[in-house]
Amino acid sequence: MSGSLLRIATAGSVDDGKSTLIGRLLHDSKAIFEDQLDAVERTSRSRGNDQVDLALLTDGLRAEREQGITIDVAHRYFATPKRKFVIADTPGHVQYTRNMVTGASNANLALLLVDARKGVVEQTRRHALLSSLLRVPHLVLCVNKMDLVDYSQEVFEEIREEFTAFAAKLEVTDVAFIPISALHGDNVVSRSENMPWYEGQPLLGYLEDIHIASDRNLVDNRFPVQTVIRPMSAEHPDYRGYAGSVVGGVFRQGDEVMVLPSRKVTTISRIDTPNGSTEQAFPPMAVTLLLEDDIDVSRGDMICRPSNQPTAHRRFEAMVCWFDETSSLQTGVPYQLKHTTRWVTAEVEALRYRLDVDTLHRDLDVETLEVNDIGRIAVHTTSPLFFDEYRVSRTTGSFILVDPVTNHTVAGGMIIAAGESVASVGDRAPVAENITFHPSKLSREERWAALGGTGATIWLTGLSGSGKSTIAAAVEHTLVKSGRPALMLDGDNLRHGLCSDLGFSAEDRAENVRRVGEVAKLLAESGVVAIASLVSPYREARERVRAAHEEAGVPFYEVYVDTPLEVCEERDPKGLYAKARAGEITDLTGVGSPYEPPERPELRTSAELERAVREVLALLG
Amino acid sequence: MSEETLATRAVDKLELSDLDTLEAESIHIIREVVAEFENPVMLFSGGKDSVLMLHLARKAFRPAGVPFPILHVDTGHNFPEVIEFRDRTVERYGLRLEVASVEKLIEEGRIKVSHPLESRNRHQTVALLDAIQKNGYDAVFGGGRRDEEKARAKERVLSFRDKFGQWDPKNQRPELWRLYNGRHKKGEHIRVFPISDWTELDVWRYLAREEIELPSIYFAHEREVVEVDGLLMAVNEYFPLPEGMTAKREMVRYRTVGDATGTGAVRSTATDYESVIAETGAARVTERGATRGDDRFSDAAMEDRKREGYF
Repeated sequence: MSGSLLRIATAGSVDDGKSTLIGRLLHDSKAIFEDQLDAVERTSRSRGNDQVDLALLTDGLRAEREQGITIDVAHRYFATPKRKFVIADTPGHVQYTRNMVTGASNANLALLLVDARKGVVEQTRRHALLSSLLRVPHLVLCVNKMDLVDYSQEVFEEIREEFTAFAAKLEVTDVAFIPISALHGDNVVSRSENMPWYEGQPLLGYLEDIHIASDRNLVDNRFPVQTVIRPMSAEHPDYRGYAGSVVGGVFRQGDEVMVLPSRKVTTISRIDTPNGSTEQAFPPMAVTLLLEDDIDVSRGDMICRPSNQPTAHRRFEAMVCWFDETSSLQTGVPYQLKHTTRWVTAEVEALRYRLDVDTLHRDLDVETLEVNDIGRIAVHTTSPLFFDEYRVSRTTGSFILVDPVTNHTVAGGMIIAAGESVASVGDRAPVAENITFHPSKLSREERWAALGGTGATIWLTGLSGSGKSTIAAAVEHTLVKSGRPALMLDGDNLRHGLCSDLGFSAEDRAENVRRVGEVAKLLAESGVVAIASLVSPYREARERVRAAHEEAGVPFYEVYVDTPLEVCEERDPKGLYAKARAGEITDLTGVGSPYEPPERPELRTSAELERAVREVLALLG
Repeated sequence: MSEETLATRAVDKLELSDLDTLEAESIHIIREVVAEFENPVMLFSGGKDSVLMLHLARKAFRPAGVPFPILHVDTGHNFPEVIEFRDRTVERYGLRLEVASVEKLIEEGRIKVSHPLESRNRHQTVALLDAIQKNGYDAVFGGGRRDEEKARAKERVLSFRDKFGQWDPKNQRPELWRLYNGRHKKGEHIRVFPISDWTELDVWRYLAREEIELPSIYFAHEREVVEVDGLLMAVNEYFPLPEGMTAKREMVRYRTVGDATGTGAVRSTATDYESVIAETGAARVTERGATRGDDRFSDAAMEDRKREGYF
């Protein structure tokens, strides 16, 4: 046998006959041993059961047998000449959503059971939703107990239609329907003579033949580095390899690759596998990559292609399932977050909603998530993660949250998109889909050397009338006079051109900041000191500009011009405060619209010009 | 259609066999633990599962050596072939061997025995926990497999142990994707089971494929045995012939290697890998059921021992 390995997550209500089905698959494929069967028979008899309770085969813990319920995920194994199967058998009880999520996280296929007499019930919908949420690529709905409905095609078709209608609301791409009787073995291993109208394969044949190789992401090359292998032995004095598992794409010897976060580009000189060198490596191979250039690479780094990089970001939106019974989700407290081979400190910035897994209703008025709850959150990490959306990659799109005090794994998460927050541009993703960056062959240092400058962005934020533009103009003047390229980006001036289509709503303000931020970054990258002078009232929006700079490796200095509102109002160079107080304009920052001061600016200064200019210039060194 | 989509089609055939997949997953786990823990150790009994696990560890860090010591929990009731094999393995691969001796703890009075030849299976837990504490191991690799036994079917890949070395099966960390959480406080440790998803047959097929050497008692040989309570026990210094019974010379082999007082043999003519695989594929009794007296006492024998800190 040299077949592949198929991981199955099973789910079903208590009486759907799931255990009977698994028992039959194991028994008929000879994976149950006589002593196991004897033990189960003995226990069944001692409980006064007429029939052998095959659930006893999988209910391994004392508490499970005592309570007659499955508490924890159990793993079962069987093999046919075509394939090896691993079943993660998850309990169907309401309170054990977390087990289903756990089992589904690694599954190639979800096996759902419904009772032909009852049809699609609440739990069927819940399990289908969880399978969809976890992106299990294939789903099989077994309509069980067909013997109890006279093997009726009509009953089967009704259930199929009902489930198909429900599944249309989910993101399930591949669903198969099989009418079975687990008890009598109809359509489990061999075709049922009782249902000649069913033209498909029996369950086992379907499981043996289903094609899963193309479920892998073979497009986006991703290699999270696990550890560095350096024998430093007499035999291998200079060997330096980066060990890890390929989680996406195909890596080939000679490929140009980029290492994140350093963004250094080099070439794969050799690929070592556990069984010798190879020319190409693909998921889920565990290999060791050797690189042409001697660059600094360590655990937690990500190797990808220069033309196809994951998103590097400190903020993202995600769906999470809360697992911990002893705590509930808290915003604004530190958690440990593991993503690929990287641990970072993270906090949940916002809880968007809780998802009702039965109705798909989004409960927006929710303060926390408790055990088995599923919801959408906004996460902020201390250093950037290199991720893809979960729908693109189940590996680089997933993470766990760990309580730093108890060390419990409190939640599992699936990344929806980068960035975004309350005071932002809605759901607009910072990177458009289907666009890849074309990295320049020049290094930043080379470009800066040609221009004779060292780029950076100085971002002056503060109330209208705080003195930002005056400081910006003075800094620009001083720099240019000293021979250093600099350009002032004044918020008001840009609103006549680049941002002439924007107004003063929260969304437009955020977009205004984003545009100016991008322009500043480009200028800085080219070697110019960009001096942005913008009210930019929202912390979130400014943080995104900072993150964009960090990603690009360009210095970013946030300068808070902290002039009291009374002083600004008194100065009122543009007469805006007077108009606002007169009710002529309604959304002036500080009067009708909030200003969120920076929490940790590189510099906090005041309108006292000379000192402010001196302090800003000191930032640039 | 973009170039990359076309490329995907072309590489569509890039697939791993089941054994290669298991190998890759196990190596991933071993590397992850070595990267995140300060002081890991790998249990090594000379049994086939630990031989397989050690083989995978060697592959995981090649061409560097195995970056942790191996630990043998020695009951003192050994098959000499196994000890000889253990020492040869250590020598051949330049490993660091630590021995946690049950015998020594009995001498020190820290383990009480009611009879010198009673099974020392349960006593191994004391010796193991003692060695973990003394050496400050924070991760302990074990060769347990989920198909062995139903309490083990509920086991995590990274399984938390409190400062008393105890397992709490009802309070296990959910394990999603391949994001293993090995965080723990000082004094606590993590048991790691990198071959959780291998079955007995997988182990044999892989050992055969890789032509890995095993202690000779795994293959059929002639031995003086006596059948006691359905177990085929070798008669030797640790298992004297019970009164009124007669021993017979039979062709037997061992499916598991444990304490010589409690591990039974099976009748077999399988003298090489090929015939062992054929026998394993046709076996109708689990390896523990066939050969381990200690797992047959109750439905929860394994769960109880695991709670106390057993492998």
